Amino acid sequence: MFSTLNQISAITLANLRTLPSRIGTSLVIVVGLAGVVAVLTSLMAMSNGLAATLSTTGKQDRVVMLRASSETELNSVLGRQDMDVAKQAPGIAKDASGTPIASAELIVITELLPIGQTKGGVNVTLRGVEQMAYTLRPEVRIVEGERFKPGLREAIVGRAAQSQFSGVTLGSTVRFRGADWKIVGTFESGDAHESELWVDLETAQTSFGRPNVYSALIAQLESAASFDAMKSALMADPRMKIELTRERAYYSAQSEQSTLGIRILTTVILIIMGFGATFSALNTMYSAVSTRTKEIATLRAIGFGGLPVMVSVLAESMLLALVGGVLGALIAYLMFNGYSLNTLGAGFTQVAFSFQVSAQLVATGLILSMVIGFFGGLLPAFSATRMSIPTALRAG
Amino acid sequence: MKLMGLVWANLFRKKTRTVLTLLSLVSAFLLFGLLQAVSNAFSAGADFVGASRLVTQARVSFTQSLPMRQLRQIESVPGVEAVSYQQWFGGVYQDPKNFFAQFAVDPDRFFTVFPEWVLTDAEKERFRSIKASAIVGSQTAAKFGWKVGDQVPLESTIWPTQDGNKSWIFEIAGIFRGKDSEWDARANQMFINFGYFDEERQFGRGAAGIFTSKLKDASQAPVIAATIDGMFENSPDETKTQSEKDFILGFAKQLGNIGLLVNYVLFAVFFTILLVVGNTMAQSVRERIPELAVLKTLGFTDFTVLFMVLAEALLVCVLGALIGMVGAVLLLKFATVASGIALDAGSSTLWLQAICAAVILSFAVGVLPAWRARRLKIVDALAGR
Repeated sequence: MFSTLNQISAITLANLRTLPSRIGTSLVIVVGLAGVVAVLTSLMAMSNGLAATLSTTGKQDRVVMLRASSETELNSVLGRQDMDVAKQAPGIAKDASGTPIASAELIVITELLPIGQTKGGVNVTLRGVEQMAYTLRPEVRIVEGERFKPGLREAIVGRAAQSQFSGVTLGSTVRFRGADWKIVGTFESGDAHESELWVDLETAQTSFGRPNVYSALIAQLESAASFDAMKSALMADPRMKIELTRERAYYSAQSEQSTLGIRILTTVILIIMGFGATFSALNTMYSAVSTRTKEIATLRAIGFGGLPVMVSVLAESMLLALVGGVLGALIAYLMFNGYSLNTLGAGFTQVAFSFQVSAQLVATGLILSMVIGFFGGLLPAFSATRMSIPTALRAG
Repeated sequence: MKLMGLVWANLFRKKTRTVLTLLSLVSAFLLFGLLQAVSNAFSAGADFVGASRLVTQARVSFTQSLPMRQLRQIESVPGVEAVSYQQWFGGVYQDPKNFFAQFAVDPDRFFTVFPEWVLTDAEKERFRSIKASAIVGSQTAAKFGWKVGDQVPLESTIWPTQDGNKSWIFEIAGIFRGKDSEWDARANQMFINFGYFDEERQFGRGAAGIFTSKLKDASQAPVIAATIDGMFENSPDETKTQSEKDFILGFAKQLGNIGLLVNYVLFAVFFTILLVVGNTMAQSVRERIPELAVLKTLGFTDFTVLFMVLAEALLVCVLGALIGMVGAVLLLKFATVASGIALDAGSSTLWLQAICAAVILSFAVGVLPAWRARRLKIVDALAGR
C-alpha cells in the first residue's frame, strides 16, 4: 500500500515537472476551462444579482393590496373607496398620532433614455406616493437634495436609476405629458425601488389624468402575524375585489419570473460548453499520453504499477483544469463584479442591478472545472495503463 | 481532386483525435447557432414588417392610453391611407404560464391596415357581426386545440367588466394565418372585437393604447410621423410616432443588451476552439513531417503541401460547423414549439454567418501548420532533424 502511494507521488511529481515542455497542449485545457468557468460565473453573477435586488425588496411585515387577479401593480386599478376601506382594516400599524402607516400609490410608466443612447426610451416606473411612504419604507433614505413637496411637480429619483438613465440628475427637469417635473432629491434603498422616480400621489393623479385612481396600497402590519387578520377582514367585505400579498412574497415571485430566462440560457450554454471542454480535455490528455508513450512504458518496465500511472495522468488533467477554473473565475470577477445593468422586470419596467460574483459561485465554478478535468483525464489515463509495454518501448 | 482523397485519408490517421476535435467543433457551432438565433430574434427580428406603417403611442409610455378623438385627426394627415387602433387586453387563459398576447381591435380597420393576416371572408364576417368574438392565430389555436365556434374564457389582469369581475368569454370567429412562412411563425396573438370590449369594460372607455397608420408612400414616413406628433404637442396627450419596426425593436431593447452578452459568450467559445483545433492541427503536422517530406520528394510542390494542410483544416471546421448547425436547427425547432417565441432556425443569414465563421476559423488554425509544412526542407525532414 505504502509503496503504491510512494509510486503515485513519484510519478505525479515527475509528470508535473515535465509540464513546461508540453506547455502548448496543456494550455488548451487551461484556456478551455477558463472560458467555461468565466462564462458560467458571469451569467450566474448576473442572474444572482437580479434575484438579489428583487428579493431584498419588500418586507415580511408589509402588504401589497392590488385589484383581484392583477399580478402586478401596473395592471391594478383601484378606487378611492378601496383605499379608505383598506386603511381602516384590522392589523395595520398606526403611528403616534393614530394614522395608519400605509401609502396609496399610483404607478405610471414613463420612458427615459438609457445613458449613451439617443433614441428608443425604456420603461421606468414613476411612483406617486403619499407622505407616509417615508415612514412606511425606512430603507428609503434621501442622500442628496430633499423630499418632493406635496402639490408641486417635484420628483426624487433612485440612485440606480440615476446611474442608468440620462436626464434625471439632481436639479434637472423631465417632461412628462406636457408638464415639467423638477428632480429635487436622490434616494438610496438598495432594492428595486432604487430604479424608480417618486412623486406626490395627488400631483401624479391630476398630471396624468387619473383622478382618484390608484394602483396599490402598501401597508405596514402591526406584526408579520397580523396578515391573516387583515386578509380575512378585507376578503369578507363584499365591496372589495382585491388581492392581498405579503410584500416580500410579491417581489420574490417577480424575481423568479425575471430570472427564468437567464437561468434557462445559462443551463443550455453550460451543458454545451461543458461537453465541448470535456472533448478538448480528452484530446489534450490523449496527446499528452501519446507523446509520453515511451516514458510510461519505461516506468512500467522498471516495475511501476498501472494505478500510479493512471493517477498521475488524472492528477495532471485535474490540476490543469483547476488552474483554468481559477483563471476563469478571476476573469469573471475582474470584468463583471459590481458591473451594473438594467433589464425589464416583471412589472414591465426597468430594474437596475449589479452583478455579484460570490464565493459560492466561484466554488461552483471550480468544482465544475475539476469534474470536467476528471472526465477529460479518465479515458486517456486508462489507456495509458493498458498499452502493451514491448510495443510501446519500440515505438517512435 | 486527387488531393482530396489524400486529405480525407489523413483525417482518419488518428480516429480518436479527429472525432474529439470534431465534437469540440460541433459544440462550438451548436452554441453559435442557438445564440445567434436568439440574438437575431431580438435585434434583426423586426425585418419582416415593411416600412409602410407608423405606430403612434403616448409619449409618456405605450402603457398610457390615447383618447379616441385623435383617430380622426391622424386619419386626416395627408399621406395616411388608413388607421387601426388597438388596446392591450392582458388576459390569462387558465394559467399565467399559457401566455399569449391579446389586443382589442376594430375588425374592418384591422383587416385594412394588416393585410398580412389571412382569413376567409366568412371568418371576417363572423368577427364583425358576433359581438363577443375574437380571431386567433393558427399557432395559438393549435396549441390549445381551439376551433371556430369555441367559447374561450379569459381572465383579464387589467379590465373588469361592468359587474366588477375580470372574467370575459369570447367566441372564436376565425383562425388566421400569416401571408408567408415568416408571418405564419408569428401567428400567435388573439384579436378581440373592440366595440364589445369598449362597451363592457368598467373604465378607460373611448381610449386606445396605440394607433397604427398605413401610409400611401413609405418614403414619407419621417415627415408624417413629425406631422402627427406636432399636432398633439403640448397637449395632455402628447404622442410619439415611430416606424412599426422601431416600435417592435423597442421591446427587445427593454430587455437589455442581449447582443453584447451573446458576443461575450461566443468570443470565449471560439477562442477556446481556436486553441484546441489549432493545437491538434499543429500536432498532426508535426507527426507527419516524414510523410510530407516523402510527398515533396515525389514532386509535390511546396504550395500543394500548404494547400493540403489548409484543406484538412477547412474540412474539419466545415464538417463540425455543419453538424453543429443541423443540431442547432433541430433544437431551435423544439424551442420554438416549447416557448412560442419564433426563433428563426433555418434563416439564411444564420447559415451564412456560420459558414463564414467556419472558414475564418479554419484559416486561423491552419495557417501556421500549413506554413510549416510548406517550408519543410526535404533533407532535414527525412533525417528527422
